[in-house]
Amino acid sequence: MAADVADEQDGHLLHNLLLFGRLLRRLGLDVHVGRMLDAVAVIDDIGLARKRDFHAALRTLLVHRQDELALFDEAFEVFWRQPKNPKTTMDLRSMGEQRRFRQPQVGPPPPGMSSDGEREAREGSDDDLDRIDLTRTFSAREVLRKKNFADYSLDEFAHARAMMGELSWDLGRRRTRRWGRGNGQSLDLRRVLRNNMRFGGELVELPRRRRKTKPRRLVLICDVSGSMERYSRMLLHFMHTLYGELDNQVEVFLFATRLTRVTGQVENRDIDHAISEVSKAVPDWSGGTRIGDILKVFNHRWARRILRSGSVVLVISDGWDRGEPDILSKEMARLQRSSHRLIWLNPLAGAEDYEPLTRGMQAAAPYIDDLLPVHNLASLEDLARRLNTLSASRPAMTQQGAAAKVEAAQDKVTTVDKPSKHRNANPTFRHPRWGKGA
Amino acid sequence: MTQTTTPSAQTAIDTLQKTLQDQLYVADRSLAISIYLALKLKRPLFLEGEAGVGKTEVAKVLASALDTELIRLQCYEGLDVNQAVYEWNYSRQLLEIRLLEASGQIDKDRAEKELFSEEFLIKRPLLQALEASGDTPPVLLIDELDRADEEFEGFLLEMLSDFQITIPELGTYKAENPPIVIITSNRTREIHDALKRRCLYYWIDYPDFQKEMQIVTSKVPGASKSLAEQVTAFVQELRGAELFKVPGVAETLDWTAALVGLDQTELDPSVIDDTLGIMLKYREDVQSVRGEQTRALLNRAMNRGTRRGGRRG
Repeated sequence: MAADVADEQDGHLLHNLLLFGRLLRRLGLDVHVGRMLDAVAVIDDIGLARKRDFHAALRTLLVHRQDELALFDEAFEVFWRQPKNPKTTMDLRSMGEQRRFRQPQVGPPPPGMSSDGEREAREGSDDDLDRIDLTRTFSAREVLRKKNFADYSLDEFAHARAMMGELSWDLGRRRTRRWGRGNGQSLDLRRVLRNNMRFGGELVELPRRRRKTKPRRLVLICDVSGSMERYSRMLLHFMHTLYGELDNQVEVFLFATRLTRVTGQVENRDIDHAISEVSKAVPDWSGGTRIGDILKVFNHRWARRILRSGSVVLVISDGWDRGEPDILSKEMARLQRSSHRLIWLNPLAGAEDYEPLTRGMQAAAPYIDDLLPVHNLASLEDLARRLNTLSASRPAMTQQGAAAKVEAAQDKVTTVDKPSKHRNANPTFRHPRWGKGA
Repeated sequence: MTQTTTPSAQTAIDTLQKTLQDQLYVADRSLAISIYLALKLKRPLFLEGEAGVGKTEVAKVLASALDTELIRLQCYEGLDVNQAVYEWNYSRQLLEIRLLEASGQIDKDRAEKELFSEEFLIKRPLLQALEASGDTPPVLLIDELDRADEEFEGFLLEMLSDFQITIPELGTYKAENPPIVIITSNRTREIHDALKRRCLYYWIDYPDFQKEMQIVTSKVPGASKSLAEQVTAFVQELRGAELFKVPGVAETLDWTAALVGLDQTELDPSVIDDTLGIMLKYREDVQSVRGEQTRALLNRAMNRGTRRGGRRG
């Protein structure tokens, strides 16, 4: 196998090793110079006779992220191949290219997703009609602050962004287990001793300590399908203006038909780009989203890694769910349990007579701590105020009332909302402005 | 074929693998190579993997294989220098002040020197690891680093680079013989790259059937061969099911031991349902598996067993 390389002199081996390191770096792996030197140091020791040993040694030295192991293996196979192998260095370059231009994805879609996507695509044509009606019902009125994002012109968007920058922000803080100076309950014994040494050990001063606090981590799960795109966009711009004050404690996920983590892109101010990428990747979003499945992916793949230490989770969606209500309730329940506060933002909730009547909202309602609107700037300001005053514990009502609400909701879901084959046959979505005149 | 291999390295790796095996730890050859290199290059070994795949065990086994001390630092959120490195024994210091006072020999400068001497120092794991003397350095296990916060990572990075710690009142402690450092993470969050770059990295995956079977038989010798085989096959199938938390090897071992305790020699659906809680730690997971799915998984596991048997026979 690798004996072809071993046939050459040591100099060649070293040369090849360095080339390999450079290649890995070009593929985007974070290869540390120190580990490269380590590899050079042990290469004679490990040797090439056993290719698998050589592979394992380089792998443990040069890779330090689990998600890069597969790429490393691929590169290793190609680079340390036998010369007669028809693959060329061009293959390596194309590997790198593919990687660089690959869509940012949050893993493979959950099982059954692809077939559903097809089905949705076929049914899409019916839903387009609804979509147009819905968009039309939003009409221009009142001042910019009260104006629905749906009606913004480009100028108004720019103006609104400037207005966002003026808000002050302090996300609810959580207490950590670290101690710092302050007027807490317990004595800071270290400083008691230190400070009082100058009084000959007589305890004159009694400095105290208190637990340090940190801003709560904020997790945004944003629906960017259909008309939700503009609301999510505004919310993300809003969040971005406050990024520094949040201590970078923000995680952002976008979904239309699949969940995509865009935290990195948002940090780089690429919000608009990220949103268009995600919407572009969706062939036809007018079929509605399967929020339950999306949350399931989040719960399974991300929740345990991201929702530590009492995060505040914001889901922004109109609740127009095409999936099974049971799945949505189940996943919402789990999400609520693993978060400090679960807030659902619904642009339609801004209307006075809004009632969560969509099947999706009904299924989710029992597990939502706060249901808030996000249709205009005023509502975003309200949201900021709400987060500012977030209490240290979840209001008892939402926990105790949950069980009762679940039963009530389940009754409703099963009796009122039998899943119908054709959504229009059983219109469960009622727009708040319908029948109110323009 | 030219042999560029120094036979000693190969032998050393083989021996290491064998030694781990003697300590009832079944290690892949690639893991043995990582450990070998960590020892040789004197670099920390960073082990990552799901909970219950035997990361912590590596450190324990290695310590006993090398016949050296194991110093363990369990990480948690808010872990600070006082818990990880050192703390002064305040109550003893206060008492000492009173004693000095009573004997009337209090002298401010001297008292300070005496109070902040090693006598009143409580050494926590990291300091212990630096101080240890002996032929073989101790194994320092920094367990579940992902639970500690980023501030601690920063401190650790500093300590691991030159193996020294400064205590303002006493001076600098430097390890004569740096400890063998093993860091584990369950990957509930990403550890900062700067730290990982300094380490050798190894991802421990769930074992395949053969390896898990080997682990079960060596760790639970009381289990009959057929039970061990069935249990392993079932757990392997269970890992493929849609679960919130997939059972690890630790769970397989617990379960096998429990079944042996219940005098089971074979798996059957009812006993699986009764003992599911040993493997699945979420109510939803237990509910979704119990009953029908148990039977389906067991069927598949049994078929797999016969397939394997058929191939062998």
